[in-house]
Amino acid sequence: MDSVGNIILYFVVAICMVVFSFMAVTSRKILRAATYLLFVLISTAVFYFQLGYQFLGAVQIAVYAGGIMVLFVFSILLTHKPDDTSGQIESHRRIAGVCASVLGGAALLFALFTMPVAASGCSLAEVLAAGPDITMKEIGHTLLGTDKFRYLLPFEAVSVLLLACIIGGVVVARKR
Amino acid sequence: MYSMDLGILWYLVPSVLMFACGVYGFVTRKNLIAILVSLELMLNAADLNFVAFNRYLFPGQMEGMVFTLFAIAIAAAETAIAIAIIINVYRAVGNTDINEISKMKF
Repeated sequence: MDSVGNIILYFVVAICMVVFSFMAVTSRKILRAATYLLFVLISTAVFYFQLGYQFLGAVQIAVYAGGIMVLFVFSILLTHKPDDTSGQIESHRRIAGVCASVLGGAALLFALFTMPVAASGCSLAEVLAAGPDITMKEIGHTLLGTDKFRYLLPFEAVSVLLLACIIGGVVVARKR
Repeated sequence: MYSMDLGILWYLVPSVLMFACGVYGFVTRKNLIAILVSLELMLNAADLNFVAFNRYLFPGQMEGMVFTLFAIAIAAAETAIAIAIIINVYRAVGNTDINEISKMKF
């Protein structure tokens, strides 16, 4: 059995997540949509904390809520004039969008509820007790080791990718 | 089975709903930045799936967590490049409506 506090926290966060992600794609003001996206990202970080991945939750808040959201807000302010009505974003192809999301979501939910994993209902407390605590030392060895199940090469590849991204961003966005 | 235990489905169902919202926004939005917001929603749903499957099916390992770390890093890089392109398009065309940007379509 899970504790009542965990279940209450789950419901608050899950309702926040679903409601704000719906509002992020239906809001008519682009800056509000970005703010709702921020709330969704923070709810996801709370889920990571609840599942026992403290480092991942901290990374989610630092990179997404700290870095990407600042980029979004800056680009919104750079590409919208405050005086005209271009802050209003209207939608098109509503029927196609509803069809795609409802049919896709229904297919995914059907697949979820018929998969054999769903029947093995083990609680969060059990799985949290089954796995060891993830320490920073273990994360460091996993990211910077070269054995099996160690990820030094992808780590370095991501650093090269970030360098290419910096150069690409400067080249694409510079004034001619 | 449906007692008040937080099973794996409790984390996968909000993820599915978030992904469906992202698909809806991706199809219906006309602003490039709003499309990027929907894209972030879908990426975030996939990350949550990685973490939930790792915690419930393989609690002794941390592959899902590492994949989510890399996915977050790559999503950050992708967003930075996309926003650079959007700002460049705004300089060239004057707005960020996808119906106005059809010069490279044909």
